[in-house]
Amino acid sequence: MHSKPHRQLRLGLAFLAPNILGFLIFTIVPVALSFALAFTNWDLRLHNRFQNEPLRFIGLDHFVQLTTHPDFWRFLGNTLFLMMGIPLAIAGSLIAAILLSQDLRGGNRKVFGALVGGAVLLASVVMLTVVGAGGSAMLIVMSGLACGILLLGVLGGTTVYRTLFYVPHFTSGVAIFILWKKLYSPHTGPINAALAPLLDALGLQPPEWLTQYHWAKPALMIMSLWAAIGSNNMLLYLAGLSNVSPELHEAAEIDGASAWQKFWNVTWPQLAPVTFYIVVISVIGGLQGGFEMARAMTQGGPAGATTTLSYFIYTEGFETGRLGSASAIAWMMFLMVFVVTLGNWKFGSRYVND
Amino acid sequence: MRERRSTLHHRFLSTSALHLLLVALSLTMVLPFLWMVLTSLKPVAEVGLENWLPRKPKWDNYAEVFRVIPFARFYWNSLFVAAWVTFLTVFTSSLAAFSFARLRWPGRDKVFLLYLSTTMLPGLVTMLPNYQIMIKLGLVDTFAGLILPAGFTALGTFLLRQFMLTIPSSLDEAAEMDGASKWRIYWDIILPLSRPGVIALTIFTFIGNYHSFFWPLVMLKSVHRYTLPIGLLFFDTSRGQSTHLIMAAVTMSVLPMIVLFVVLQKYLVKGIQLGAIKG
Repeated sequence: MHSKPHRQLRLGLAFLAPNILGFLIFTIVPVALSFALAFTNWDLRLHNRFQNEPLRFIGLDHFVQLTTHPDFWRFLGNTLFLMMGIPLAIAGSLIAAILLSQDLRGGNRKVFGALVGGAVLLASVVMLTVVGAGGSAMLIVMSGLACGILLLGVLGGTTVYRTLFYVPHFTSGVAIFILWKKLYSPHTGPINAALAPLLDALGLQPPEWLTQYHWAKPALMIMSLWAAIGSNNMLLYLAGLSNVSPELHEAAEIDGASAWQKFWNVTWPQLAPVTFYIVVISVIGGLQGGFEMARAMTQGGPAGATTTLSYFIYTEGFETGRLGSASAIAWMMFLMVFVVTLGNWKFGSRYVND
Repeated sequence: MRERRSTLHHRFLSTSALHLLLVALSLTMVLPFLWMVLTSLKPVAEVGLENWLPRKPKWDNYAEVFRVIPFARFYWNSLFVAAWVTFLTVFTSSLAAFSFARLRWPGRDKVFLLYLSTTMLPGLVTMLPNYQIMIKLGLVDTFAGLILPAGFTALGTFLLRQFMLTIPSSLDEAAEMDGASKWRIYWDIILPLSRPGVIALTIFTFIGNYHSFFWPLVMLKSVHRYTLPIGLLFFDTSRGQSTHLIMAAVTMSVLPMIVLFVVLQKYLVKGIQLGAIKG
């Protein structure tokens, strides 16, 4: 006969077992191994079937080598450079969420009726003009698309726009990166085709985007911004905005506050916990990010311009076979993430408790 | 009366301006996709032209994709792997979450904290040694090698635990009085009540693995085992000039996602907002 806590422990562990066993094998053991590896000279070029140098404990050598190696700092710099897009992306998400949280039906049946009527009228006038004036097929398709979105948006409200904004983020992955690689193509892509008249007028050379050292990072940042505006952050802001108490807004309105004053003094402080959460998650993601798009679009180039820390780990660990060194970079990355997380613990509770 | 008309008038104008702004923003989101679909219908000679429209839509591009690469195979591989990972994740996470949220056992909260703290580790930390483990187990270039390391996550357990904590404990107590076993309580009461959380986790895990790139990239060696992202990358690297065919392949891999999102967005939006609730 077992004691009660003993039986409870067995039961608790039994439910835990399927998950925790897999977790031990594929997470805990590798973490321990990786930590040990970071202090050894394991290198597939030294330890293979043709050559067998003894595996040695080399202490902090990898860390010393990395921090004195210019490539490490350059790739860390690339990572941080790409992360400069984060504030823009967050501001974009916030603006999108604010626009979406407005009353898109005008708050009144009469106004809504006028909106529907106005949209139908505008759409028909635009289409008739474009078709009647013999616009090109492309112009007709574009204006048709715009008018279609307008009609759907007026009738369907927030849901329609929210869906359209969220699709780039939801589908983001290798397929979208390859799509953007083609969009950026200097000679056959539509981006340079659209910019050509403007650049010609200014007498400038068209950028070669992904293949030009100074344009590659901005190109990746523009694409990331496109995918990040309608992301989860926008949804979090939408939820946050719906929690801002309307009484506060009304009080501010009675005091004669302008729209900007209302935002800055009422809405923004109330969104502080959401913003804090979003910043922390984005910074952690940014430190670890960049591999997928660089691998699919630039292969880390040109001349290493888009090689981030995660890409560096990939080349060291999986292409060169320097496992010890790659593990050391991974742990340096962990250190940076850990510092951000510590900051989150220290300052995050301040916002949440408010 | 005049005042009311003028506020209505003002409201009409400001809401119209808002709609025009939203349409402009929507267009920037949609135009890349429009170009993608239109280019996928062009013959190769028209790809670089300024006119986005094909002179005559060439639907055969889509069939051509299946002729030049084993695209159906990539599709199937992706679905197969993502479905298995999702099943493993949701099933094992819900059991573990039940243990952490609804059972009492000595040391439970300490174990949970330790377990949760591992989510701070970058995935890259585990991938290097995991690859060596896969070599030892002989699982490189197999589906099992893709599925197993992805199927046991702490994050899924965390999400479901947060959800299960919101279910009133009087339900389990009543069931226990009636002599129900813990398994029955899990299967018949807690799991059905956690449905929104389970659905959200299912969708996220599935989508995440449909997009999964790093691990399949290093694990897969034979073309017939490629998943969609790896297959697309392979297609772009080996036949980069066939922009029209690549866009057809991209369209086919993106389109199911868009349909899925439109159908499931109710659950998704809730799930994302739920995931952000901190515990």
